[in-house]
Amino acid sequence: MSTWLLLTITGLGLGAMYFLIASGLSLIYGLMGVLNFAHGAFITVGGYAAWWTEVNLFDGIHSVWLRFLLAALLGLVIGGVFAALVELVLIRPLYNRHIEQVLVTVGLSIAFVALVQGIWGPDAKAFAVPGWLHATTTIAGAHIPNDRWIEIATAALVLVLLQLFLRRTRYGLIIRAGVENRAMVTALGIDVRKAFTLVFAIGGVAAAIAGVLGGVYFNVVGPDQGTSLLIFAFIVVVIGGLGSIAGSAVAAMVVGLTQQYVNFYASAGVGDMIVVLLLGVVLLASPRGLVGAFTS
Amino acid sequence: MSVRDLHVHLGQSHVLQGVTFDVPEGGVTALLGRNGVGKTTTLRAILGLVGRRGSVRFDGEELTSLPTHRVVQRRIGYVPEDRDVFAALTVAENLRLAERDGDPRYELVYDLFPDLEARGAQRAGTLSGGQQQMLAIARGLLNDNRILLVDEPTKGLAPALVSDVAHVLERLSELTTVLLVEQNLGVVRRIARGAIVLDQGRVVHTSGAEELLEQPELVKRLLSVSA
Repeated sequence: MSTWLLLTITGLGLGAMYFLIASGLSLIYGLMGVLNFAHGAFITVGGYAAWWTEVNLFDGIHSVWLRFLLAALLGLVIGGVFAALVELVLIRPLYNRHIEQVLVTVGLSIAFVALVQGIWGPDAKAFAVPGWLHATTTIAGAHIPNDRWIEIATAALVLVLLQLFLRRTRYGLIIRAGVENRAMVTALGIDVRKAFTLVFAIGGVAAAIAGVLGGVYFNVVGPDQGTSLLIFAFIVVVIGGLGSIAGSAVAAMVVGLTQQYVNFYASAGVGDMIVVLLLGVVLLASPRGLVGAFTS
Repeated sequence: MSVRDLHVHLGQSHVLQGVTFDVPEGGVTALLGRNGVGKTTTLRAILGLVGRRGSVRFDGEELTSLPTHRVVQRRIGYVPEDRDVFAALTVAENLRLAERDGDPRYELVYDLFPDLEARGAQRAGTLSGGQQQMLAIARGLLNDNRILLVDEPTKGLAPALVSDVAHVLERLSELTTVLLVEQNLGVVRRIARGAIVLDQGRVVHTSGAEELLEQPELVKRLLSVSA
């Protein structure tokens, strides 16, 4: 029972990080049709910005919690600004040229890892976090690392905030409509390009949160961290249904839990393979992912 | 509105081959022609929804250099051929999205389409074809547009609904200029003042609507239907 509970909470924590990455990817693809392979760079920017500012900018602050929270906050801001700049400088000039957009995002993802390695070296950097996050809470005999609660709670908060944004604001309305029919949104006199930049910035912030939480989860931030998390986030986006935040949330939890259970009860690595198989099954049964399965 | 030498290429097809016409202010001008002659493409080219070459002037301003949203902001409304309502959004959200001015004309919209007010919370994708058409027209009506481009509003509707739509278009023409693409000549006869006929991407006839429809031989030759 205790092992199962630990695996479940850890799986949900991993799923939470997948969701944070997948939510931005899903919105970007749903609205703009851009398969953003550079999304991993947003994760890396968030993680490294938090690590660097914590070590160099906030090192004078005595409280570990305050230092960590300020660094994390700055990491999110830098992640959002970086993502918005990527949209404005690299994606916008290639609007409606999908092959070129894919190539430029792939190029950026490769170049960015090399850039980070060039500046800070290939080794992962230890990420100092408050001790409580690495302590455990015992529930039903299971010693659960506290950072898992933070990851799950943060993802739940982001999910709620995103849903409120999408349902209660005019830009949310524009994004939801744009996911369905972008041309018709412009034919209503709306400059949809502003929504593009906003979606990139939101995706960048969410990915940067994943970068910071990844640093907490793995204890380090590394140049390749974004890329490795991105692969499973793409799977989550496809399983959940492109453009669906709720679909991504459900798929992220399914993928996170599947990886944890199967890697433990079968053999390490088998969980990753099962997730890929799951992707195949979902695509065969419902090409539009979980959203398609429940709306058709 | 003045359209001059408008060309559109879609893939390998030269769909519009120098379309030229004027839309006089007030009333309904019908844009007619057989299937596939470029009527819908003409409306989409005016709006900039497809790449085009040539000139579209409105109120003395050249529109072809503007992106679509800027063209529409010149108070040019659009009711597309396939309604294109946002299926996952509610009726009220569809209307809210279409709001452009500070003073959207909900009173007028709900006066013409009381059903839309009652169905405000219903998802647009679950409306019937006729209701979706009303919603599409309502989006165009919500703002104080100086011209409305309306593309086949009666397409696929039951005869009773066609009459309702014609009535709405009649009311609409009292408020604004309408450039109407329409296959139903009964509707054209009832509401249109002017007629422009396209064939193979070119304007082949321009006259008053009544004048055209009073010449059955001409109608048959140009449109392949009986007047």
